[in-house]
Formats: sequence, structure tokens, C-alpha cells
Amino acid sequence: MMRAALVAEYRKLVTTRLWWILLAVMAAYMALIAAGLGWSLSQDTTTTGTGDEVVLTPDAVVRSVYTVAVSLGYVFPLLVGALAFSAEFRHKTITPTLLAEPSRTRVLLAKLGANGVVGLLFGAVGTAAAVLVGAGVLAAIGEETFLDSASTWRSIGLSVLALALWALLGTALGSVLTNQVAVIVVVLAFTQFVEPIARVVLGLTSWGSRVAAFLPGAAGEAVSGGSLYSATGMTSLLSWWQGLLVLLAYVVVLSAIGRITTLRRDIT
Amino acid sequence: MSQAPPTTHDRPPAGGRADATDGVVRVEHLTKTFGAGAGAVHAVEDLSFEVRPGRVTGFLGPNGAGKTTTLRMLLGLVAPTSGTATVGGLRYDQLERPAHVVGAALEAASFHPGRTARDHLRVYAPQVGVPDSRADEVLALVGLSEVAKRRVGGFSLGMRQRLALATTLLGDPPVLLLDEPANGLDPEGIAWLRGFLRALAREGRTVLVSSHVLSEVEQTVDDVVIIARGRLVHASSLPDLARLARSRVSVVSPDGTALDALVAAQGWTVGSTSRDGDATAYELLDVAAPQVGAAAFAGRVELHRLTGHDVGLEDLFLQLTAAPGDASPAQDAPPAGASYGDAPTTHAPQGGER
Repeated sequence: MMRAALVAEYRKLVTTRLWWILLAVMAAYMALIAAGLGWSLSQDTTTTGTGDEVVLTPDAVVRSVYTVAVSLGYVFPLLVGALAFSAEFRHKTITPTLLAEPSRTRVLLAKLGANGVVGLLFGAVGTAAAVLVGAGVLAAIGEETFLDSASTWRSIGLSVLALALWALLGTALGSVLTNQVAVIVVVLAFTQFVEPIARVVLGLTSWGSRVAAFLPGAAGEAVSGGSLYSATGMTSLLSWWQGLLVLLAYVVVLSAIGRITTLRRDIT
Repeated sequence: MSQAPPTTHDRPPAGGRADATDGVVRVEHLTKTFGAGAGAVHAVEDLSFEVRPGRVTGFLGPNGAGKTTTLRMLLGLVAPTSGTATVGGLRYDQLERPAHVVGAALEAASFHPGRTARDHLRVYAPQVGVPDSRADEVLALVGLSEVAKRRVGGFSLGMRQRLALATTLLGDPPVLLLDEPANGLDPEGIAWLRGFLRALAREGRTVLVSSHVLSEVEQTVDDVVIIARGRLVHASSLPDLARLARSRVSVVSPDGTALDALVAAQGWTVGSTSRDGDATAYELLDVAAPQVGAAAFAGRVELHRLTGHDVGLEDLFLQLTAAPGDASPAQDAPPAGASYGDAPTTHAPQGGER
């Protein structure tokens, strides 16, 4: 039954237009950012926002270009996941969904699973866009691409994983916030304003910097190991597996809240 | 949109399925209160009835009577405050393969507008446990084959109703629960639905159809379960309900002997009779006032009152479901002020008499 629920949730995702529109926008956006970043980071790598002198190694520059999707593009898998539940409530398809699968826990797990798969797709496409265009620009201006280095490929792989985790986090968040407008506003506000500002502000002190490392965006960057923020010396990051555990903790906690609130209510 | 033939199933009747169920829908002392304290809404209160296979049962009541809440409790979507609602003796969440036992359509709007009709069905096919090809089969059953690849967003309400019906049929279930399936259908669509539901019942299925208008389902249903304000007001077969709706005539004469003789000679059915001094009053059933007046005139019987009451099914339904204060208590009494001395007892609070 779990397999059937997964297939059903996967089909729900791919039979509407939202997913590929978001995917296309993500690919274009990542390609653009990677091109600009590849060019600018290799031009000027010595000053930072806080004025500290940081000399970045060339492979760190390249890594932050290839994993830029984790730093700036995670909103796309996050949004796809976040809309999984709200779409059901908005269009009242939650009723046939629960008729087909009365176990609400199974519905939640199936949505997490299916969105994780779609998250991997977003991770692969978003990362591929950044790598292809970033490497192209670097090669064009005569910089080293580091594509023959194992650690580069490790970062690329972890970037895909981090983005898939973001889709899970979005799904979990969506199980708590089932109003479509509310969840979109929260996702955009948090990713575009709240966390970036919080990371900069917290980064001003050493204890704040340690706290900032546990914010979801920072944890996601930790997974891929390449950070636009840390590359510019703004914040410190957790190790990749710590980042992974932090993101998973967000997923588990939010899913649990969703299960005992949204999914315990009467569906009227 | 083509009209599919009413008889549509080439499958074995409901009895021969792997998912053993007797197909009986049973609601016992079901109660649902939304909220608490002073603002609590008693949507359903101590409701009991039974729906049997092989028949189309109308689940009737005005808007807000608690029909949808009752159906949602039957389907495990709303948790009852107390009481039970079961299909074949099992709660919905206890059914091993629920979509093979119960097919339910609760609202015609349960579709993602960006999904095509076929994709909508293919989304649910894996969980129902049927191959994807079943989507095309059920689309053909409800006459939507030609629009299978169109997005539901462009569908009329009638097409959505058909698609909702198609969704319920995916698992070929022996029990169908349909909430206001005739809403938004044109007369042709209603005629089609009537034939379709009758055919499903003939195959041995249990078909429960809710409606807030009796006339909408009058020609479709075998049995009726009527609720108002969350409570059962009537449950019987449709003919038994119709018997309550007989036309009546009240007649009063100062000459009791002459009136007695007239009634006996005409062979009228007497609902009730009473004497007040010299005056004699009769309640006559299945007869119209002009007939009684003409007979009295011809028989030279003096009349002091002659009143006809024509009660149609719809009037009866309105009286049964009227709010208290509008009329005499509708819970256990036939139409307002009527005294049916010999009206058959058709109320079956436990639904067991049918």
C-alpha cells in the first residue's frame, strides 16, 4: 500500500504544470547566477561584507559557483514541497486522497517520499544548470574548472542531496500550513528576507554565528559544503553530516506537528 | 458529451467479490458536535438508520440537516462525537481495500483544475489497486471518453459530477455513497443519472444518494431516510412515505346518521371520525373534496364543512423537515394537524423495518 501511495503522490505532482514551470525557472535562474558568480568571484576574492581579509582558494570559489543552487535556489524545491498539502486543501482533493488512503500517516509519508524524489530532480537540474554554465564561463575566461577533482564532484552530489532535503522540508512545512497563500508568503519571506538578514546579523557575534549555523539555509549549505555566505566569510558552517541531521530534524519536527494538527482534524 | 447507456457493467454482481461485505450501511446513535460550549453546533444527533443493498436509498433533508457530515463520518473523514457508522460492519478505516468496498463522491469540486480527467483518475488508480486502463473504462461508463484528455478546469458542473461518479467506480465497489449527485445536471443528465443509479442497484449494489429536494430523487429511489436538524424524522420505503401523502378530506355534517350511510355507501377510506353532539366529523382518505361534495349533494346530506387537503410528496417532505414551531413536531408526526387514524406505521427509528 505504501508503494501505491507513493505512486499516487508522485502522479499528483507531475500531472499539473506547477512543477515543470518552477523547474524551468530554477534552471534558468541558477544558470544566470552561476555565470555571473563565476565571473565576479574570480575577479575579486579579497574583500568581504564584514571587511575581513579573506583569501579564497580557487577551488572554494569554484565550489560556491557549482553549489549556488543550494545557497540561492533552494526556494524552488522548498516551494514545490510546500504546495503539496495546500493544493489538496485548496482544491478539496484531500477528500478523495483520504478516501483512497484512510491512513493519514501513510499519506504524509507518501507525500514526503514523492516530494523527495521530485526534490532530487530539482536538485539534479538546478545543480546541473549551475555546473554547466558556471564551468563554461570559468573555462571561457581561462580559469580552472576543477571538474577533474573528486572533491568537486562530491560537492556537486551533496548539492543535489541538499536540494532534495529542501523539498522534504517544504512538504513538512506544508503539512502544518495548509493555506496556499500563507505557505507561499512564509516560504518567500523566510528564504528571501528573514534568514539572510538573520544570518548576517547573527554573524556579527561569535555565539550568534554558531546559532546561525543551525538555520535551515545554513544547514543546507553545510550539506553541500560550498557556501556563498561562508565563502565571503560571513558565517561558519556545520560539517556536511551535521547539516544533514539539522535539516532532517526540521523535517521530522514539522511533519510531526502536521500529523497531530492538520492531519488529525475533521476534513469537512 | 455522449450519453452512455444506463446499463453499463459487464462485471459480476456485487456479491461475488473478493472483498467480502454484506453491503449494509449502518449508522447507530451517531452524534457529531462541532465546537464546544455555547457555540457548539450539533450537526448530527443520535442518528440511526440502515441502508440495504440492491436498492437506491434517498438520504434527504434540507441544507444543513447533517447529511454531508453523516456521510463524512461514514467515510472516516470526520470523527464522530459518539456512535458508530459502518459499512458491512466495519468502520471505513478498518476496511482492507476501502475503494473496493465503498465508492464515495462528496463534492463535485474535488478536482485539481489543471489536471486532465484521465490523469485525475490515474492519480487514484494505484491506491484503489486497479490498472491505469480502468481510468478509461470508468470514463466510458459515465460518458466522458471524449474529454478524457481535457483539463478539469474547463468542465461544466455536470461533467464534474460525472467525473466524480467515475472516480467512485474505479474500484467497482458494492457500496456507493453520493452526495447531491444531481446538482448541476440538466434534465437530460438527471434522466441519465437515474438510469445509471437504478442499473447499479439492480446489480446488487447499495446506493445511497443524498439530496435536499425530494422531487429530484423521487423517481430514482426505493427507500428514503429523511433527516432534519441532525435527527432522523422518517425512514421507510418510498411507497410507505407516499402513503403518508394521501389526499384527505374533512367533512362535518349535523346529520350523523346520513353521513355514516353516505360514507359507507361510497366505500371511502376513513382516516378518523368523531362526534360532537349531533355533529359528526370524518377524515376521509384518497378522495377529493369535489367528489365528496357531489356525493353529499346527490344524497341530500347536509354539510357544514368540506375541506380538502392535497398533500404531495414534496409538501410532506417539507412538513417532515420543518423546523419546530413552523408546524407540529415533525419528529414523529405526519403532516401538521393531520390525524391519520389508520395511517400505516412506517417510522423505523432503527431502520430495521424495511
